[in-house]
Amino acid sequence: MARIISKRVLTPVTKLFIVEAPLIAAAAQPGQFVIARVREGGERIPLTIADYGRDRGEITIVVQEVGVTTRLLGALDEGDDILDVVGPLGAEPEITPGGHVVGVGGGFGAAALLCLMRDLSERGEQTTAIIGARQKDLLILTDELSAVCGHLELCTDDGSAGLKGFVTERLQQLIDGAGVADGIGPPDRVLAIGPMPMMRAVAETTRAAGIETLASMDPLMIDGTGMCGGCRVTVGNEVKFACVDGPFFDAHQVDFDEAVRRNKMYADLESQAAEMQAPECQASAGAS
Amino acid sequence: MPVKRIDKTPMPQRDAGVRAHDFLEVNEGYDLQRAMFEAERCLRCQDAVCVDGCPVRIPIPEFIHAIAAGDMTEASSILRGANPLPAICGRVCPQESQCELLCHMNNRFTSAAIGHLERFVADWERDQPNNEGARQPWRDEKIAVIGSGPAGLVCAGQMVGMGYPVTVYEALHAPGGVLRYGIPEFRLPNDVLDWEIDVLKRRGVEIVTNVIVGKTIALDDLLNNMGFAAVFIGTGAGLPKFLGIPGENLNGVFSANEFLTRINLMRAYDFPNADTPMKVGKRVAVIGAGNTAMDTVRSALRMGAEKGLIVYRRSETEMTARIEEHHHAIEEGVEFHWLTNPLEVLGNNEGWVTGLKCQVMELGEPDDSGRARPVPVAGTEFVIPVDNVVLSIGTTPNPLLLKSTTGLETDRWGCLVADEESGRTTRAKIYAGGDVVTGAATVILAAGAGKNAAEAIHRDLAEARGEESPAAIAVVGAPSAP
Ligand SMILES: Cc1cc2nc3c(=O)[nH]c(=O)nc-3n(C[C@H](O)[C@H](O)[C@H](O)COP(=O)(O)OP(=O)(O)OC[C@H]3O[C@@H](n4cnc5c(N)ncnc54)[C@H](O)[C@@H]3O)c2cc1C
Ligand SMILES: Cc1cc2nc3c(=O)[nH]c(=O)nc-3n(C[C@H](O)[C@H](O)[C@H](O)COP(=O)(O)OP(=O)(O)OC[C@H]3O[C@@H](n4cnc5c(N)ncnc54)[C@H](O)[C@@H]3O)c2cc1C
Ligand code: SF4
Ligand code: SF4
Ligand code: FES
Repeated sequence: MARIISKRVLTPVTKLFIVEAPLIAAAAQPGQFVIARVREGGERIPLTIADYGRDRGEITIVVQEVGVTTRLLGALDEGDDILDVVGPLGAEPEITPGGHVVGVGGGFGAAALLCLMRDLSERGEQTTAIIGARQKDLLILTDELSAVCGHLELCTDDGSAGLKGFVTERLQQLIDGAGVADGIGPPDRVLAIGPMPMMRAVAETTRAAGIETLASMDPLMIDGTGMCGGCRVTVGNEVKFACVDGPFFDAHQVDFDEAVRRNKMYADLESQAAEMQAPECQASAGAS
Repeated sequence: MPVKRIDKTPMPQRDAGVRAHDFLEVNEGYDLQRAMFEAERCLRCQDAVCVDGCPVRIPIPEFIHAIAAGDMTEASSILRGANPLPAICGRVCPQESQCELLCHMNNRFTSAAIGHLERFVADWERDQPNNEGARQPWRDEKIAVIGSGPAGLVCAGQMVGMGYPVTVYEALHAPGGVLRYGIPEFRLPNDVLDWEIDVLKRRGVEIVTNVIVGKTIALDDLLNNMGFAAVFIGTGAGLPKFLGIPGENLNGVFSANEFLTRINLMRAYDFPNADTPMKVGKRVAVIGAGNTAMDTVRSALRMGAEKGLIVYRRSETEMTARIEEHHHAIEEGVEFHWLTNPLEVLGNNEGWVTGLKCQVMELGEPDDSGRARPVPVAGTEFVIPVDNVVLSIGTTPNPLLLKSTTGLETDRWGCLVADEESGRTTRAKIYAGGDVVTGAATVILAAGAGKNAAEAIHRDLAEARGEESPAAIAVVGAPSAP
């Protein structure tokens, strides 16, 4: 059981929770994740540790509601308990020191970048975050990110904030040296966290320029300890377990076609469950 | 006096046509009459060789005699004194290669049904009123146990019996190890497992779930900062092997661990009441022929598959599953493809499994394992149309904890090096037993290792306390029947 200390609604479908989890907070490293379960009979879902306070014994998670479990979690409130939270899982990404690190985030990825970018900045790396969303009010954690990165670049589909266009367009501009005037040099390394199509596009953008790029893979997981092999991802010609070997892998080597296909394995059943549980979902979440 | 009857008293079981579609237990268990009838068959041998076949040396003739005399309380206390998990072992031990293999009755008849009788006594015990309260630990040294499979549970149970405060750390959200996530409910119902675990909790074992030692807490923190005097590692052999053949990452290919975990631990059979989905197609091929493979293929039938196939590159003789599971699988309509080696998983445009390409094998000279080596027969490739392929070709110890802890030696199979008798590892205060040491083995071997390690820990701690001869362990260690 992990008590929710506070909750912030970032967008209608994105909620930030600060959760009491002293053991996890004490052990967490940037880029790691937890696995949570929200009710008896519930699924185990992976969630990035967006931030942690070792002294306070708290971790921050940001949940984007996409299906049954994320919705149930999103409906919890301050003072509620999350049934099970286990972690920290996965490994910290290995980022070659020295040079300009650009973190590219979409969806909950912006949150996942938070403690990674802070850690890199504290280690003396030059840091830039590029985050994107459809429109301005769907961008999350901009203040927090701008406080921990050298630069924060925003992109929206409709141009309501920052550049009108995709994160990869801004990334390409930076690669081409367009940011130099503003003091943002071309990236030496890139970290991509977000929806699979975004990470794939980032990989394609940096491949030609030969820029070291890591993607945070998010396959379906169960145990998170290497026991089931459900999270396997092909990187180069090797099969890796994302929960223990990852979640960060060389984006130029990842087999994205396979990863996308494997993530859709239960799509039909999941949407069926989401429909069936929609009303009950609200009720049971409200009651807890 | 023993009564001569050639055959074992049959175990009542549910009809194959019905049971193959649900997860309720297959075997119904003896009633008192059947148990006494069977107990009368045992010859009460002077040289009870059956005991030599039991890894925890249950005094078999004694407990069987007590059943024959109708003294169930006595039977259960004899049993519990030697084996802390009788309801489980009576159900899942490979008796035919252990206690029952050696039974003298095999000379002319069939062996005494030791396993069935053990199960009967344990089930009887479960129905008795229980008001045993937790005793306060009377010793100071705290013991940490990592992993709540049979090795860890038994070690913990023995340690509280000897007066130590014990905390068990379990990575998953529910305790039990393979007994929970691997062995399906039609062989080992959850309420039996829950009951056994409750007995331990009532005796004072504290179980903390959702803690992965090596991730959440470092093993050295347990010893250096959290005040534990000794640690027992019972983390099992949970890392699944894959074949490395083409098509293994297609949608619809699983490790047996994933397949069974979704169904048992996550209750996918109850989807969408339970939230974890599972997709089982019409035809499911399971590669391998051990207990895990039988559990997987029979679970596939229960999840709605019309056809369940076992594909194994060796022959029936080399199969490692319990005989009873093999028989049950045959009764339930499982198809066996012996001497069949999988070469490739085939898929459609959307990346879903459509077939398994195989090749016929023949048996050659014995290999390292002493079993006849299967060799391919040229030009015999063929395709079995299937919708799922489940790999059940073995597991090895999970390196997660071992990699994050210094000074623990492992062998070339990734197994933790520990003394067989005492569980002592290459580091002081750290003991280990069960599958993490032996590689995938059996419940009773893991339980026995947990028990032996508990005795060694007690001895070593007593020595450290400066006690000349630790109190007779066997006596203190044997928990009284609840
Ligand atoms: C290492 C890791 C870190 C993650 N961090 C976060 C995080 O910080 N915040 C967050 O909101 N989510 C995160 N995710 C994704 C999150 O785990 C999934 O969104 C969640 O499991 C969906 O569960 P559900 O029951 O709500 O939806 P489901 O009913 O399971 O699925 C609904 C829809 O979402 C898709 N989906 C399911 N799982 C995933 C997945 N893993 N990735 C992408 N799409 C998926 C399904 O195909 C389906 O279409 C992370 C995933 C991984 C592997
Ligand atoms: C499907 C299946 C069927 C089987 N059928 C039979 C049978 O019929 N008869 C028989 O005798 N044997 C059978 N076996 C084998 C038997 O179950 C195992 O030999 C036995 O469970 C091993 O016990 P263990 O305590 O060593 O480990 P496990 O049962 O594997 O338990 C290990 C536990 O440790 C936990 N753990 C791992 N790492 C950590 C960590 N770092 N921190 C905290 N916790 C951790 C795991 O989550 C797990 O709960 C079967 C096995 C399987 C998979
Ligand atoms: S524990 Fe297993 S081997 Fe020992 S007597 Fe019971 S069934 Fe036989
Ligand atoms: S060997 Fe067989 S007959 Fe003899 S005591 Fe053991 S179980 Fe009974
Ligand atoms: S989630 Fe099971 S092995 Fe990674």
